[in-house]
Amino acid sequence: MKKVVTGNHAVSFGVKLARAQVIAAYPITPQTQVVELLSEFCASGKLNAKFIKVESEHSAMAACISASASGARAFTATSAHGLALMHEMLHWAVGARTPVVMANINRAMGPGWSVWTDQNDSLSQRDVGWIQIYCESNQEVLDTTIQAFKIAERVLLPVMLVLDAFVLSHTSEPVDIPEQELVDEFLPPYNLKTKLDINNPRAYGGLTNPDHYYELRYKIQKAHNEALVVIKEVCDEYQRYFGRQYGLVEAYRCEDAKVILVTSGTITSTARLVIDEMREEGRKVGLLKYRVFRPTPRELLRDILYRAQKICVIDRNLSFGHGGIFAQEIKSVLYGLPAAPPVYSFVIGLGGRDVTPKDIREMIEYTYKEEIPTESIIYRGVRL
Amino acid sequence: MTTKTQIKNFVIPEKEYMYPGHVACPGCGGVLAMRLALKALGNKTIVVIPACCWTIIDGPFPMHSLHVPVYHTAFETAAIAAAGIKTALEIQGQKDITVLAWAGDGGTLDIGIQALSGAAERNDDIIYACYDNEAYMNTGIQRSSATPKGAWTTTTPVGNPKGEPKKNIAEIMIAHRVPYVATATLAYPEDLVNKFRKAQQIKGTKFIHIFAPCPTGWKMAPELMITICRLAVLTNVFPLYECENGIKYTINVVPSKPLPVAEYLKLQGRFSHLQESDIEQIQKMVDFEFNFLLKKAQLLV
Repeated sequence: MKKVVTGNHAVSFGVKLARAQVIAAYPITPQTQVVELLSEFCASGKLNAKFIKVESEHSAMAACISASASGARAFTATSAHGLALMHEMLHWAVGARTPVVMANINRAMGPGWSVWTDQNDSLSQRDVGWIQIYCESNQEVLDTTIQAFKIAERVLLPVMLVLDAFVLSHTSEPVDIPEQELVDEFLPPYNLKTKLDINNPRAYGGLTNPDHYYELRYKIQKAHNEALVVIKEVCDEYQRYFGRQYGLVEAYRCEDAKVILVTSGTITSTARLVIDEMREEGRKVGLLKYRVFRPTPRELLRDILYRAQKICVIDRNLSFGHGGIFAQEIKSVLYGLPAAPPVYSFVIGLGGRDVTPKDIREMIEYTYKEEIPTESIIYRGVRL
Repeated sequence: MTTKTQIKNFVIPEKEYMYPGHVACPGCGGVLAMRLALKALGNKTIVVIPACCWTIIDGPFPMHSLHVPVYHTAFETAAIAAAGIKTALEIQGQKDITVLAWAGDGGTLDIGIQALSGAAERNDDIIYACYDNEAYMNTGIQRSSATPKGAWTTTTPVGNPKGEPKKNIAEIMIAHRVPYVATATLAYPEDLVNKFRKAQQIKGTKFIHIFAPCPTGWKMAPELMITICRLAVLTNVFPLYECENGIKYTINVVPSKPLPVAEYLKLQGRFSHLQESDIEQIQKMVDFEFNFLLKKAQLLV
């Protein structure tokens, strides 16, 4: 069924189709609509779930983790400061190996207060151990929501799907909403083998001395490695069921590209148009959409990027004191390869400033023109 | 000692849900409190433990000393983690399991109060028990908002002891109008067990504040733990009472002639620096608070 929905409501429909059982959430702009619609689904009985209206995001995540550990499929959504407040519990979800699914609407951090999009909220949670998937369209948001539960439950890691504030969250697009029966077939009920059970009284998450802790962390890393395979399998299976494919990354017109542009989130859609235009002009440019940010699809990125002469990375984020985060990641993936292509690191669009086709073309032209990157961070559009 | 008591005699269940091998300090009040609470609640119970002494006491992974499931959670999340479990069980049709949040005074009166207040406002169906040893004992005796006025701790050293009175958590919870709030202590085990049993029968948020001394942090002889619990009640330092729906108070033990607070204070090294005038001041404060409680109990009889 095709329906015109916002990115936020695409999440809500995905969660409903996934038959989440416990939802705990706290309001924050621009996330709020996600859980408003879910609370309506719960109230009307369209979704057989319990909604805990918590008093903070920290509690929202704590509730999702404990519900998940008790055998219920759990979901929450947040943004920016809400995500930052959850930070401790984001670690906990991973350590407890609970497959919680969360939508984070990418919003800039304060001060100054900003409700508009950039990626510093989710990317500053890079190292907590969550799987992170960046979405480009409302259709991808809905599809990724459903996939996220399957991925999370197979590898016992929490999954964060990420979408841009307003550009997706509050913008309506036609979205194909799958049939419930088919989703049920694709995503069977949550069945956690080891859970809180009065007939098998175990302790979860207790004091762990140096004899055991390291191994538990090792297993989390192993699960991330496994997730690279599982995400691909789930995407392929999703394609068989619903006809849409996303994969870990998307290489667009990269085969013979001399310059490859790397983007994430909605900038990708704008970039695709620019790439098409430049291809028509006979320029050998390609686009790599970075979709699954954690675990890092290292081999795949190397295979695609290594063939290019130059890499142009657009970051709508900034790791202060270092640089754009996606650019760092690309550099680290290419490190050690002989004659690896240079990485041009652009930072743009912080706090929701518009990123236009003209901006994107200029960054590609710069990459063409300059022999090597002239600066470690190349700012675009900063007004000084 | 003469007391007017409303406690009904009954036998404490023999069945144990706590096994030897835990790693508590000698004379730990928190251990006996858990043992009694689980005897009251039985095996259809899940215990939620935030950061507190009980994180350690239950035993290190892969062992633990309780014969019920234990879910460890972050410091400030005992109430909401318990609510999450209860909600998950309900949606799966398991409605007869008691979920017990079990936190220390720091995890309850300080860092955990937001989640606790949230659960109380929503009336989440959990029992929340705070075993109160009046300081951060697990980290080595730092003051909490449950530390009484005048007490020594490592962050309120002699020369600058705790200047503020203890936060009254029972009254804070009563103000939420939750269905059941009670205080309990280990010198009155039947009363404690009764209160947990009563709480188990009530739907909604139940809060039990357990006075549970820490011999190490209180600089007292471990064998005096029960004695000190009894003195806390008989001096009116820690009155035993219940409140239903935020309105109906029942004081369980009203000493006909309360003992002087000094009797209670002198057994604990943490108060050894107090002058006569300090003790007089504490006595006045205790008298005032107990009279205030009596009046509240008389308001709506």
